[in-house]
Amino acid sequence: MKAKDIGIAKPGSSKANKTGSWRIESRPKFLQKDCIACNMCLLICPEGCITGKEKNGYICDYAYCKGCGNCAVICPKDDIDMIREE
Amino acid sequence: MKQFIEGSQAVAQVVKLCRPGVISAYPITPQTHIVEGLAKIVANGELKAEFVNVESEHSAASLVLGSVASGVRSFTATSSQGFLLMIEVLFNIAGMRLPLVMTCANRAISAPLSIWNDQQDSMTARDSGWIQLYAENNQEAADLHIQAYRISEDKDISLPVMVCMDGFILTHGAEVVDLPDQSEVDKFLPPFKLENKLDVEDPKTLGAFADPSYYTEARYGIQVANSNALEIIPKVSDEFKKIFGRATGGLVEGYKLEDAEQVIVAMGSIVGTIKETVDELRAEGKKVGVLKIITYRPFPVDAIYEALKDVREVAVLEKAVSMGYAGPLYADLKSAISCKSKINKISGFVIGLGGRDITKDSIRQVYSLLSGEEVRCEFIGLDPSFEGNG
Repeated sequence: MKAKDIGIAKPGSSKANKTGSWRIESRPKFLQKDCIACNMCLLICPEGCITGKEKNGYICDYAYCKGCGNCAVICPKDDIDMIREE
Repeated sequence: MKQFIEGSQAVAQVVKLCRPGVISAYPITPQTHIVEGLAKIVANGELKAEFVNVESEHSAASLVLGSVASGVRSFTATSSQGFLLMIEVLFNIAGMRLPLVMTCANRAISAPLSIWNDQQDSMTARDSGWIQLYAENNQEAADLHIQAYRISEDKDISLPVMVCMDGFILTHGAEVVDLPDQSEVDKFLPPFKLENKLDVEDPKTLGAFADPSYYTEARYGIQVANSNALEIIPKVSDEFKKIFGRATGGLVEGYKLEDAEQVIVAMGSIVGTIKETVDELRAEGKKVGVLKIITYRPFPVDAIYEALKDVREVAVLEKAVSMGYAGPLYADLKSAISCKSKINKISGFVIGLGGRDITKDSIRQVYSLLSGEEVRCEFIGLDPSFEGNG
């Protein structure tokens, strides 16, 4: 790599950067019991790694989830738990 | 063709000959005449370029950053407060390794407000990665702009170049300038091609995030490009001479150095006055010479050492001061050559701030002070009634 090319980013760089490795303590567990499909967890996720449409059908991609816990905090039904990272 | 012309108009004419596709600037004294001239040239259809009016110098610099990034040769110019407003963007332009040429019509910095000349503005960007060239007269200012594009666009450099010319003294001073033909400039300056340009067909982001495992290398790259420039700038000057028939540019220029025991080092228009004074001192039997610094960044350490290695005493005269220490040129020169040569004295003098006239008497005063004790930051021409207690 040439020094002049540093800082030049091609499209898709977010996909290449597997931020799941940043998780150190805990990960979200989608309980899928009381979910009302309000979509809040999907919208607040800074990585955009939560997917879902139906009630009790939401899940995240752990390859990108940084374990920030925002989804668990915003969930109005307490249907996402932060569990200890194994 | 030789013309009696104002410095700003000479610069506007040669910039036109370099065929920039985008020009953007915000008016500020004493730079304004340059872009006024270019605005007229574009409006008259003499140059196929887009002249973009903007609301500030920050925008002007950002705009040309974008136009160069999309692969279009561009130009901007500023002075003083406008320069300071550009500075964030100037670092970005260098960091993204974008070849650009801008003129700094050197002017003092507020406060107190002064529209007059010194070189404190461009000195604030000496650490930015930009190459800085300083012009002694209008011919040199014109020629340096043409060379600047070649230097800037060299693939082993790929850095922006700033041509610094003293405000009013050069920008508003009229003298005879030999303006080149379009065909000569075309022969010297091939069309601009940027390796990593913004392109919708091949999308990319420039200047994006570099984490700690890359950032150092990016900055190191700018340092290496600056070292390359030390090799390339003299070659560009040689090639310029072949095509245009006159020698301008390069790293440094010596004047009456052959047997000189004392040398005055300076840059910009002040060098003309020093040369005149040195002629008189020579007639009086004094072995004095002048070393003009043309390329200030990258700092031509070897060329300076070569020019000064047999000299006994050196006086550095400059229109800038790094507050709390000394003149920046003095500091650079001293660290570059002391302990390495026969020089037993390097004295630093600050002169001509905020447009204070620099006369032959001022230069003679420096010369006489040089024989005394070594000084680091002596202000020349201070009002004697001024109470020097800060």
